[in-house]
Amino acid sequence: MRVVAAMSGGVDSAVAAARMLDAGHEVVGVHLALSQSAATLRESARGCCTIEDAGDARRVADRLGIPFYVWDMAERFREDVVEDFVAEYEAGRTPNPCLRCNERIKFAALLDKALALGFDAVATGHYAQIVQGPDGRELHRAVDPAKDQSYVLGVLTADQLARSFFPLGDTAKPQIREEAAARGFAVAKKPDSHDICFIADGDTKGWLTGRLGAQPGPIVDTDGEQVGEHEGAFAYTVGQRRGLGLKVPRADHAKRYVVDVQPRTNTVVVGTEELLGVDVVRGDHLRWCGNPPTGEASYGAQLRAHGEEVPCRASTDGTTVTVRLDHRVRGVAPGQSVVLYDGTRVVGSATITSTGRSTSRPL
Amino acid sequence: MPVYLDHAATTAVLPAVVERVAEQMGGLGNASSLHTAGRASRRVVEESRETIAAALGARPSEVVFTSGGTEADNLAVVGTYRRRRADDPSRNRLLVSAVEHHAVLDCVEHLVAHEGARVTWLEVDGEGRVDPGTVRAAIEQQPDDVALVSVMWANNEVGTVQPVREIAAIAHEHDIPFHTDAVQAVGQIPVDFGESGADLLALTGHKIGGPLGVGVLVARRDAALEPLTYGGGQERQIRSGTLDTPAIAGLAVAVDHAVGHLHEHAAHLASLRDKLVHGATAAGYGITVSGPYEVGDVTRRLPGNAHLRVPDCEGDSLLYLLDAAGVECSTGSACQAGVPQPSHVLLAMGVPEAQARGALRLTLGHTSTDADVEAFLAALPAAVERAQRAHRASRGSGR
Repeated sequence: MRVVAAMSGGVDSAVAAARMLDAGHEVVGVHLALSQSAATLRESARGCCTIEDAGDARRVADRLGIPFYVWDMAERFREDVVEDFVAEYEAGRTPNPCLRCNERIKFAALLDKALALGFDAVATGHYAQIVQGPDGRELHRAVDPAKDQSYVLGVLTADQLARSFFPLGDTAKPQIREEAAARGFAVAKKPDSHDICFIADGDTKGWLTGRLGAQPGPIVDTDGEQVGEHEGAFAYTVGQRRGLGLKVPRADHAKRYVVDVQPRTNTVVVGTEELLGVDVVRGDHLRWCGNPPTGEASYGAQLRAHGEEVPCRASTDGTTVTVRLDHRVRGVAPGQSVVLYDGTRVVGSATITSTGRSTSRPL
Repeated sequence: MPVYLDHAATTAVLPAVVERVAEQMGGLGNASSLHTAGRASRRVVEESRETIAAALGARPSEVVFTSGGTEADNLAVVGTYRRRRADDPSRNRLLVSAVEHHAVLDCVEHLVAHEGARVTWLEVDGEGRVDPGTVRAAIEQQPDDVALVSVMWANNEVGTVQPVREIAAIAHEHDIPFHTDAVQAVGQIPVDFGESGADLLALTGHKIGGPLGVGVLVARRDAALEPLTYGGGQERQIRSGTLDTPAIAGLAVAVDHAVGHLHEHAAHLASLRDKLVHGATAAGYGITVSGPYEVGDVTRRLPGNAHLRVPDCEGDSLLYLLDAAGVECSTGSACQAGVPQPSHVLLAMGVPEAQARGALRLTLGHTSTDADVEAFLAALPAAVERAQRAHRASRGSGR
């Protein structure tokens, strides 16, 4: 097959490209330029859009002897990922930009352009596995649970999966580094990228404030009493404890957490830990990696990247999904995705719209 | 073997050059030393200098060896600016064409940003040509503050040949030095330094079958230049550094060959170019030629340059698809962090940005054949169709 290997400049996508080549595919390396002004990120070691990262990716491609191109998707990235990120926070939700990037850029804009140019598929360095099942290609968790990235791929449709390769899913990360070193890649010891690539210094709150401006407002407790102030409700996430700067202590000195963000009134609500536990999650924006469940089906639910998997029962009416968790889970915020698993297989995903507690069960 | 149609980037080294460089590289001697080995080396350098001077209508003492075209342009622009400004602080204005290579443009931008220079960009017409009247008007705004006029002999992207004699004459009416970047011109059109009236002229070896990493700034004896490098005082104190005897010897072979075979070479390139342009524009995709174009012309446009604009697609898609089909070419413009930028040359010519993105530069050289052109024309339709599809796909909204 003719395959585009998306090469970020990191160790994972380098090994992924090499493995595709070893498997006999015709491989072309493509680095996505996602920053509007690459030069401004030149000082940053984070993320995947610095000028050094493009150079690292090119070095690997040259070593593999494959063609290498930089595709400029900065405008699409800005519209579909960065602006979406801002709008979601502004609306009081907590988005996952990596997931959005996979959905709109890597397996949409990049894949579409690749297909139009005559390629058959896209390969990335994500840790996940594709398994040929009875009804087509299935997405499964990677064998390395610490690195598994099937959660951020849960938004892919069957159509997108049919055109995707994840050659690293059967290997643990330390072995990938060893393999990169054995292949002579200079990136073998390069640190993993983390945090959000377009927020170079990792300060999401500061970045959002820069984008949206300071919007001072009250922090209230669940009785409505003001206990502090904030510079913009958009910068808070349900489950957050640090950085609240509360002025009025509770009589019992119990720790307090963000339990709700109300963008309309620019209010942040704090409460005690037990208020964070939810066991009913509703979502829309459904994606099924195959057939949707009929009736109420038993699955595992993962509610954030690298979060634990919770046994659940899920049902859908076609446009929304209701997930009833077997036990309460803390820090579930609207805007995050819930990904459903059947064993290691990804069943589908939804964007969380609301959470709640069933009254029948104890804490 | 892939078809190579990117000779303006670099061209194949002539076998006679390889032989000469290898022969000299095996020798010993610093051309500045006084002993026998040094004298032998110096003799090679000076004979090379004489050969190059003779081929370009210059005097040997006007030939200053550099590491290539970029250094020669930097020395001309920055070196002249610094000296002229030191002599007369009011001379801080540069008159520079809007279509120069980055080796000149970026010098100007540096001088403006850090050394108090001002610039008057000389606009070009729709074919990329500077009207001498534009230069006259720009000088006459205030003749006393001009440090330098710089207009390239021929453009590296679209091949437009500039009226350098006329421009040099206008500059001289006001005693203003004139520099011309002739990197693309040498070997394709007649370049005679003395007759052109230029004060400074840059050329490089690897565009004419010579070695990489060696070039020349031809500088009149009275050209006032501050050096950019300091050291042993070689090359009239303008360009210190031990002379690269093997590369200089190879360069002399290449210049001599390029100038000696100019007319037959230009005719050969023009016939291939015309076949290429005819085939591409007749293919039915609305492909157009940028810059001045006339069948058989070898004076207004570089004979080896075909610059095409393909509607509704990205040049880098075309590049990939042609590369995959075994045809190597270029978009002609520079990248920024690997991302192709719309060409400043096309934009200066008034080409809309969307059209400028679909640029393809095909440049021919001494190894080019009819079969190369035929292979390109055979690969073109499928590449254009796919590139246009990709363009539509990337314009479309997400899923």
